Amino acid sequence: MYAENILHHFKEPHHFGHLSPARGADGERLFKVKESNPLCGDKYELEILIDKYGLIKDASFTGEGCAISKAALSMLTDEIIGKSLDEASQIDDKKVYELLGVEISAGRTKCALLGLKTFKKAIKESDEENPL
Amino acid sequence: MTMFQIEELKNDFPILLSKTNDKPLVYLDNAATSQKPECVIKATERFYTSENANVHRGVYALSQIATELYESARLSVARFIGAVDDDQQPLYSEDGDVAEIIFTRGTTESINLAAYGWGDANISEGNEILVSMLEHHSNLVPWQELCKRKGAILKFIPIDANGEIMLDKLDDLISDRTKLVAVTMISNALGTITPVKEIIRRAKEVGAVTLVDGAQAAPHVPVDVRDLDCDFFAFSAHKLLGPTGLGVLFCKQKIQEKMNPFMFGGNMIREVNLYDSTWNSSPHKFEAGTPNIAGAAALTPAIEYLNNLGMENVFNHCKELRNYAVTRLRNLPKIQIYAERAKNVCGIVSFNIEGVHAHDIASVLAEDNVAIRAGHHCAQPLMNLLGTSATARMSFYVYNTRADVDAAISSLEKIYKIFKIS
Repeated sequence: MYAENILHHFKEPHHFGHLSPARGADGERLFKVKESNPLCGDKYELEILIDKYGLIKDASFTGEGCAISKAALSMLTDEIIGKSLDEASQIDDKKVYELLGVEISAGRTKCALLGLKTFKKAIKESDEENPL
Repeated sequence: MTMFQIEELKNDFPILLSKTNDKPLVYLDNAATSQKPECVIKATERFYTSENANVHRGVYALSQIATELYESARLSVARFIGAVDDDQQPLYSEDGDVAEIIFTRGTTESINLAAYGWGDANISEGNEILVSMLEHHSNLVPWQELCKRKGAILKFIPIDANGEIMLDKLDDLISDRTKLVAVTMISNALGTITPVKEIIRRAKEVGAVTLVDGAQAAPHVPVDVRDLDCDFFAFSAHKLLGPTGLGVLFCKQKIQEKMNPFMFGGNMIREVNLYDSTWNSSPHKFEAGTPNIAGAAALTPAIEYLNNLGMENVFNHCKELRNYAVTRLRNLPKIQIYAERAKNVCGIVSFNIEGVHAHDIASVLAEDNVAIRAGHHCAQPLMNLLGTSATARMSFYVYNTRADVDAAISSLEKIYKIFKIS
């Protein structure tokens, strides 16, 4: 389960940190969403920056958790940046497993999907704010 | 009890002879639940094969047998925790039942029974309830909610860097406003043993009622509720070789007289009219509905098994394993052992490896069929205090051996390779 790509994303996660709070000009919207896996102590905050056309301009995350959850979230941020909200909302469980590229045991599915769950929460929030 | 005799114990536990991918099960998660000996499994089978009927109501032979099994389990429990006089006799109700042992679904339900049954009738606005920073959520959340219901104040006894209760802080925390002190006897996350007897003594000075969360204590140390002089003592069957779905609340008769039931229905009533009813005597007053009869039937052999080993021996055996585990863990790089230098501990140890999440530690061990627990151990406030969101925990019981510890360490060594840490 701890393949090279997963370890790499765990040790040096992509887009780890905060987005500049100065963003927000020209109709851009910044969303921050927290999510956690209470059973094992994975806790993350995801930030996404959406422009006035509904395109995900940037994303970042902070928090702590196991290798699987961190790697999955890191890979997810790579995947969503540059996509429209519509396109990105098509990302499902299957895509996450594909990105991870390894067999995830039943006990770790919540870890693998925590990032996606967080992202879906962000999409819901942006929908509520700006229903299309 | 020598290590040699303990080696043979594994043969009494069918599940420990199982293998996954040719790897034998190394079960080190006993604080979560314990495995069951053949005699307990057989007792469950025997109950449903030839002893099953509902209790307390029937006149036919089978019902008498079931009732006898259930009530004699109550007596076994009373003797196991010292709720007896010098002649090993418990307090009996006017109906001839063991009055001070109430059967519940588990420790959590026991504590909730105390919170609703005693708390609602005896706590008022401005009263204080004292717990500790070590508490499992089951001995914390019910009191949080009681405080909200009644406008009472919740206070916490602090712990030191060794995970041990700071007794010297007690004077600042106990006053005549303190009406209840509810403390764990052994921390499920750290394994530290609390000075409950002293805490109870101080609580009694101000007339406070005392509750001991004995979920980890009852399996690990000899318990004597008369010596402790606590008003309530709660524990579960499944952590001491018994079945799941069964727990105990020891409750002094004079405290029960000040309690109301919080579950109503069959078995706990005496007379039922259209608009009101009267209650049965202790302990049935607090046991609504059909109880876990099969559970009680299987608890008796579990207690017998432990009595044959001797609880002092059980404690020493598990503590020795913890000491051995700590010695071996210390040789691993970047390891953090919680409550490492605690003086009063039992067979539980929590640890972390810098740069690796506890969950990943448990996963790597799981691949070698070594079962440990990773997470907050239902003690989030404690985890926050320790500055972590999760720890890895090994908890030992009667059938564990040094070889089990060696197997766990072997697996742990792989983590350094996998995560490329040195």
